Amino acid sequence: MRSLLQPPARNALSWIGRIDPRARLVLAMAFSVLIAMADRFVVLTAAIGVMLCVTAFSGLSLRLVVGRLLLLNGLLLPLILLLPLTTAGTPLSVIGPICPTREGLLLGLTVALKANGIMLTLLSLLGSMDATTLGHALSHLYVPNKLTLLLLMTVRYLDVLHAETLRLRSAMTIRGFRPQMDGHTYRTYGYLIGMLLVRSFERSQRVVAAMKCRGFRGKFYLLDHFAFSRRDLWFCVTSTVVLFTLALLQWR
Amino acid sequence: MTEPLIRFHDVDFAYGSAGDRSARPVLHECNFRLDPGQRVALVGPNGSGKTTLLHLVVGLLRPTSGRIEAFGRTRREEADFHEVRRRVGLLFQDSDDQLFCPTVAEDVAFGPLNLGQSRDEVHRTVAETLGMLGLSDYADRVTHKLSGGEKRLVALATVLAMRPEVLMLDEPAAGLDVEATERLVEVLAQLPQTMMIVSHDREFLDRTTTGTIDLPGLPRKDRR
Repeated sequence: MRSLLQPPARNALSWIGRIDPRARLVLAMAFSVLIAMADRFVVLTAAIGVMLCVTAFSGLSLRLVVGRLLLLNGLLLPLILLLPLTTAGTPLSVIGPICPTREGLLLGLTVALKANGIMLTLLSLLGSMDATTLGHALSHLYVPNKLTLLLLMTVRYLDVLHAETLRLRSAMTIRGFRPQMDGHTYRTYGYLIGMLLVRSFERSQRVVAAMKCRGFRGKFYLLDHFAFSRRDLWFCVTSTVVLFTLALLQWR
Repeated sequence: MTEPLIRFHDVDFAYGSAGDRSARPVLHECNFRLDPGQRVALVGPNGSGKTTLLHLVVGLLRPTSGRIEAFGRTRREEADFHEVRRRVGLLFQDSDDQLFCPTVAEDVAFGPLNLGQSRDEVHRTVAETLGMLGLSDYADRVTHKLSGGEKRLVALATVLAMRPEVLMLDEPAAGLDVEATERLVEVLAQLPQTMMIVSHDREFLDRTTTGTIDLPGLPRKDRR
């Protein structure tokens, strides 16, 4: 959440970070769709290779990338272990009543490769973008105003909500509240969540009032416009070529 | 005699629908006028309807009965208040309610963009407004990371960017330290607008206003 809310300092922008966010967004979509649809190992491994290169220029720390991938693969592990056992096909070997199949193993590997490929794509192209920029880019790509507004407002008020939760929590703590496994604790948490909802609702009404006072009538105008530079063009052309090569490899 | 900017004629207001037993009356037969150039303090006990009165002026709330006149015309419908909101700037009690854009510049630009200014004009308005309040370095700062005093001044900038004729400030000094309050007093002293200030801080009011409107609040038995 921290990395989402804290935009990188302007001078610390990486090579990928300086590419037009709209281009990155469209390319991330295109690559994700391709990886999701592809099923040849050559294509999937090639896509992962390309995305690893892009990640290297995205300015993300190795720690963060490895951390995210470990988390993802941890979630995938049960699937990869179970698929060979539950898919019908040629048996690899028979260990007592357990009989893993070749088809199942390949299916599990495909799923894992796809998931890692898409994760790398999103991390490298979108992960280096702060949420505000993402909202603006979406808005420029004609995503409905209400949705982008929702995203921008969420980003803005997440911190306020968090601060409110902390205030309420400390108000509870100073009166000796210790969370335990009992009715009192559950009821108290119920009150806490209820109070947060009520306060958020009231705040949302005050925010709308403040917006109306400044002439808001339903349309959210954007101040910054993105500039599409020569470098962005080159990046798009190169990526499109890579994209088509991968597609050719898959469906030739 | 000059035409008043804002005038209330026997305005009644209650929270909740009329006839409802849980309705809570706040204002009863409220009359006042605000003339050009005046700087008045709006004082009264908690719950006497000071904030309600400010919200009635800009049409965020509608009176139960009575008549509100602003800039020489009676205002009743939502559409009537669009013009009032442009000419009356309201500073909210909690600046977090008012600052909802990611960066200071975008927040200050929000009003002018809604008014239909061109991009060049908006950039100029933002730069001028921030410059006027000595906030030029804040343009790219993230709003929710500002301190309380900074938030209050930026919120004031967002209101001033609309170039209002009247400023209504709801507890502008609440929660500010001595230094931030001092800065606010200086800023307010330089502004040309007609002002109406709600505050419980007598000293702050003495330094910023010249007249007083007293809202006595309803007798206890009516307040429930």
